[in-house]
Amino acid sequence: MKTNHLQLQSPLIRLRQVVKKYNGIAGEVTALKGINLELHSGEFIVITGKSGAGKTTLINMITGLDRLTSGEIWVEDVPVHQLNPEQAARWRGRHIGVVFQSFELLPTLTLVQNVMLPMDFARQGTLKERRERAMFLLEQMGIAEHAHKPPSAISGGQQQRVAIARAMANDPPILAADEPTGSLDSVTADSVLQVFEHLAANGKTVIVVTHDEDTARIASRHIVLADGEMIREAEDGK
Amino acid sequence: MFRVNAKRNGNHNKQNNDHINGYVVQLHQVFKTYESAAGRFTALKGIDLCIHPGEFVSIIGKSGSGKSTLINMITGIDRPTSGEVWVAGTALHTLSEEQIAIWRGRSIGIIFQFFQLLPTLTAIENLLLAMDYGQHYPMRERPERALQLLQQMGMAEYAHHLPKALSGGQQQRVAIARALANSPLLLVADEPTGNLDWKTANQVFSLFEALAKEGMTIVMVTHDNDLARRAFRTVALADGRIVGEYTNHTPQHLCKNIGNATHVPNVAIPPSASEAVR
Repeated sequence: MKTNHLQLQSPLIRLRQVVKKYNGIAGEVTALKGINLELHSGEFIVITGKSGAGKTTLINMITGLDRLTSGEIWVEDVPVHQLNPEQAARWRGRHIGVVFQSFELLPTLTLVQNVMLPMDFARQGTLKERRERAMFLLEQMGIAEHAHKPPSAISGGQQQRVAIARAMANDPPILAADEPTGSLDSVTADSVLQVFEHLAANGKTVIVVTHDEDTARIASRHIVLADGEMIREAEDGK
Repeated sequence: MFRVNAKRNGNHNKQNNDHINGYVVQLHQVFKTYESAAGRFTALKGIDLCIHPGEFVSIIGKSGSGKSTLINMITGIDRPTSGEVWVAGTALHTLSEEQIAIWRGRSIGIIFQFFQLLPTLTAIENLLLAMDYGQHYPMRERPERALQLLQQMGMAEYAHHLPKALSGGQQQRVAIARALANSPLLLVADEPTGNLDWKTANQVFSLFEALAKEGMTIVMVTHDNDLARRAFRTVALADGRIVGEYTNHTPQHLCKNIGNATHVPNVAIPPSASEAVR
């Protein structure tokens, strides 16, 4: 029901005939073979597929962390395929929060400083406002008491929560996560997925790439990739 | 005050290092005990270690010997259970974690095995962000300095690439440039070549040698005993204690500095010692 309503709006993210080829030692590899996809605001999309299916390449296209060989990617009215790496970094800073499998927190900064990074980079607000927002986000993630510790002092699940807080720092409409639970045990993984569920329920568009089919049960939309193509799509998980 | 110095002559060993007996690093009876569900574990058992300005010290030891804990004491990423840690004139054991984070950004450069560049930013943006935190150089000077450092590391043409578009060796070069961004008094490297093939490891190590030659103080943890021997001095750890110290060679410019102040015997690291820590 919810999905039908959402599809009346124009899509938030549009991929048109997206092709990505890599030149490897073994010759040319086509990682994506003409993907057409429309994602709507407020959807919780889970993309699954085996290793090598093109999942990571696909999400890197949407976040602008990699460039396509041909085709178009539009996020709202921005042609992401036309941005150079620096323009993409600036655009991403305000529009997409990115979460990685290995957390990628800077080990030399405290947790609150890590959460402040995207706000610092986007020159968002005053230093005091940045710090307050970072503390607020850490509180939401249940990490506030550790705010002034370095990442090495907390567990993997806690580090991923901090990474999610960092991704939310500039309040982007989209959150993209590549194997966010890949380094976590199953109980911790579930608690991290609940955070994504909560964010989706509050209006964020969440895209999660994972090899774990089970994750799809919490999604509003499940896309399966194989060999660089979309082979299956289902609404409301499954 | 030394900031102005550093800016004017860009020479690290001219910075004001003559605090506490002229050492950049001084550890006094450092103990570190971890409490876990499995019980107590003492990772460091009374470490005494002094490092002079301009020294290039390698730390060797088996996995679990306390190397990483020791280096985390020097960077302030972890804190001693007891004992004193003085780095670049600052008593780290007396500071709060937040104060240490600010101090760290301004005073030391750290290099990690897995590079730890922010994947969402280009090479030069990774440097600029570090400079934002260090607040060492005025904003308008930062882009030029960042590019200079990348150039020094042979990475200028990759300034606008994302980390994932770079090889491991290239990412580590960017990470070294980032570590130098705020003109630190000390470089600390934790297995900087541990994730690189032999040839690339050798190239990256040569960059550290070049920096040492310019007077940079460097502490490096490594598994590779051949590389360790190329540092001026090697400290061997086992079971949380220093079990050997070997002077590999003392460059001319350091002789005056070090003089008789050190008890370190002027012998090359014997094969038996490297065996002992393998």
